Amino acid sequence: MAAITLEGIVKSFGSTEVLRDISLAIGHGEFITLVGPSGCGKSTLLRIIAGLERQDRGSIAIGGRRVDALKPAERGVAMVFQSYALYPHMSVARNIANPLEMQRLTFAERLPLLRLLSPRRRRVMREIMRDVGTVAAALQIDHLLPRKPAQLSGGQRQRVALGRAMVRRPDAFLMDEPLSNLDARLRVHMRGELAELHRRLGATFVFVTHDQTEAMTMSDRVALMLDGRIEQLGTPAALYDTPDTLAVAQFIGSPPIAVLPVTAEGGLVVAAGTRLRLSALAGAAMLGLRAEALAPVRKGTPGALPAMLARSENLGAEWLLHATLGDAAATPVVCRLTAEAHATARADGLLGERLWLMPDASRAHLFDASGRRLVPEAQRAAVEAVA
Amino acid sequence: MSTAIALAATREPLLRAGHAFAAPAALLLFLIYIVPVGVLAWLSLTDYELGAVRTEFLGLANFERALADPVFRRSIVNTFAYVAIVLPGGVGLGLLAALLVHRRIRTRSLYEVIYFLPVTSTLIAMATVWQFLLHPRLGPVREITLGLGLGEVAFLSDPTLVLPSLAAIGIWQLVGFNMILFLAGLSAIPRDLYEAAALDGAGGPVDRFLRVTWPLLGPTTMFVTITTSITAFKVFDTVAVLTQGGPTGASEVLLYAIYLEGFQYFRIGYAAALTLIFLAFILVFSVMQAAALDRRVHYG
Repeated sequence: MAAITLEGIVKSFGSTEVLRDISLAIGHGEFITLVGPSGCGKSTLLRIIAGLERQDRGSIAIGGRRVDALKPAERGVAMVFQSYALYPHMSVARNIANPLEMQRLTFAERLPLLRLLSPRRRRVMREIMRDVGTVAAALQIDHLLPRKPAQLSGGQRQRVALGRAMVRRPDAFLMDEPLSNLDARLRVHMRGELAELHRRLGATFVFVTHDQTEAMTMSDRVALMLDGRIEQLGTPAALYDTPDTLAVAQFIGSPPIAVLPVTAEGGLVVAAGTRLRLSALAGAAMLGLRAEALAPVRKGTPGALPAMLARSENLGAEWLLHATLGDAAATPVVCRLTAEAHATARADGLLGERLWLMPDASRAHLFDASGRRLVPEAQRAAVEAVA
Repeated sequence: MSTAIALAATREPLLRAGHAFAAPAALLLFLIYIVPVGVLAWLSLTDYELGAVRTEFLGLANFERALADPVFRRSIVNTFAYVAIVLPGGVGLGLLAALLVHRRIRTRSLYEVIYFLPVTSTLIAMATVWQFLLHPRLGPVREITLGLGLGEVAFLSDPTLVLPSLAAIGIWQLVGFNMILFLAGLSAIPRDLYEAAALDGAGGPVDRFLRVTWPLLGPTTMFVTITTSITAFKVFDTVAVLTQGGPTGASEVLLYAIYLEGFQYFRIGYAAALTLIFLAFILVFSVMQAAALDRRVHYG
């Protein structure tokens, strides 16, 4: 249980700058997710925290202690790897016991043959195996202890890897895409288990993933990384509802946000040749509309965007309408409707091959030409008052 | 129902096609390996001599003679002694060289070439070079032994030194090859495991080697051990060029004894019996090693 503070971390591999001046304060017991597309530097950042890579500049403190010069094992962190990195020649029990053996046995007691001379070793090993048993029971893998990793399923290996991390009671858990080798159903299940584990252990979790759903569902806060920088740091809700930049808006959210180039006319936003009921902000160049910010309306309603319906997806509780706007670029947009709203709209005859989509002004995001989000004066004042 | 019939109908031609595809390889295997061994086995039961007009069937007399033959018995003992030095030396030094070279980035290929050079050279030519190097009067090694206060050392003509000296040359020739095999084994170890070990606290060189490297090199070590012992069993070139089994039979080895019987004395029947014994040794040795190691090095 420890806060992790990163200050001005810079890292290059050869001439490629992988991390450009990353500063991040991770709270004690927080579940923070580093998310971003591959190559954004999130894994490198995690490996630097673990001590597996050395930063070129900047410093790291874990629990208030500078760890820059410490070896990985001395930093009080445990790591779970994407490949699980289990020792194939050791049983599950020995895999989990390994960190404890390294901690509690002396160097001589770990050497072959020489270890037989130590009368203490037996007792220590018994204690270690008792601790291993406790952790295994907590993860419900106690029946697997004598097996070798090759005899386990992906999900079971995942638990063993977690067990090996948990057994030393680290201050922080570092997880490098631990779920990406699991099948979809198991991944959803493990998401819940990890969140529950975090709650139970109360330790700091730093979780790396490229999957925005994992980031959104488990974390207290998400750091979205792009191109070696933290593009935005905030709660999952903040990243979704108030993305700082167009890039954040495009990365977070499924289906992806629709982006329309806009101009201003008489104080209103014009997109795809339609004058919207949305006040233009100075410098507005892009309009981002999430699937739930659009609703079908009657033909010719002022401020509605004409579109062609491409296909409808029934997800049970909700529908996704995939359409293209009537502009030259045929911009693809998605409209999300609850099952009831969909039934009503269909009954009203709003869902023909041509349909009109009304943007919800309160949920629309405007961005300037450089991709920065524009905030109305009133809202900004409110935000600043809170901050 | 209908698919079962269709399957039955297609099985016959499929089987024939399979046999047809396997036939050329099977034929070659038969002609190149099985037939010669059969001929060898038959010869070993006769008193055939090269160019002899009449040949008699002797039964197992050749084998009885071999087991009683002091020269042959000595050559067995010498060969085992030679293997006992070359096997640990060749495997151990090959592994050591691989571990040292593996982490080099820019100089790795340079070291690979240097260590591999002896493998590519002709051992007979190199044996002549070693003869010069080890010559007690003219060789450069003389300076070293003199400097160490050992005086003149007759590496190849002292009966107690000749086998270790030949073994040293054998190791020198093998190390590069074994190093390449170990390097391949080392690069197959996932980097994640070393990183997991570093986080577990096993980041030091000894712990890392004992907990990750050595166990995961198991299959490679097994392969290297078997090929090294077969190579060592087959020692011949250096003996033929440097010592001819001398001094006083101190470097008589199996293949050299077979060579003398077969190609110097032309007692083909007897030489065939010795060859069969030699093959049996290699077979038993390899199978024993494979059986002993296989269960411990494959974790699948």
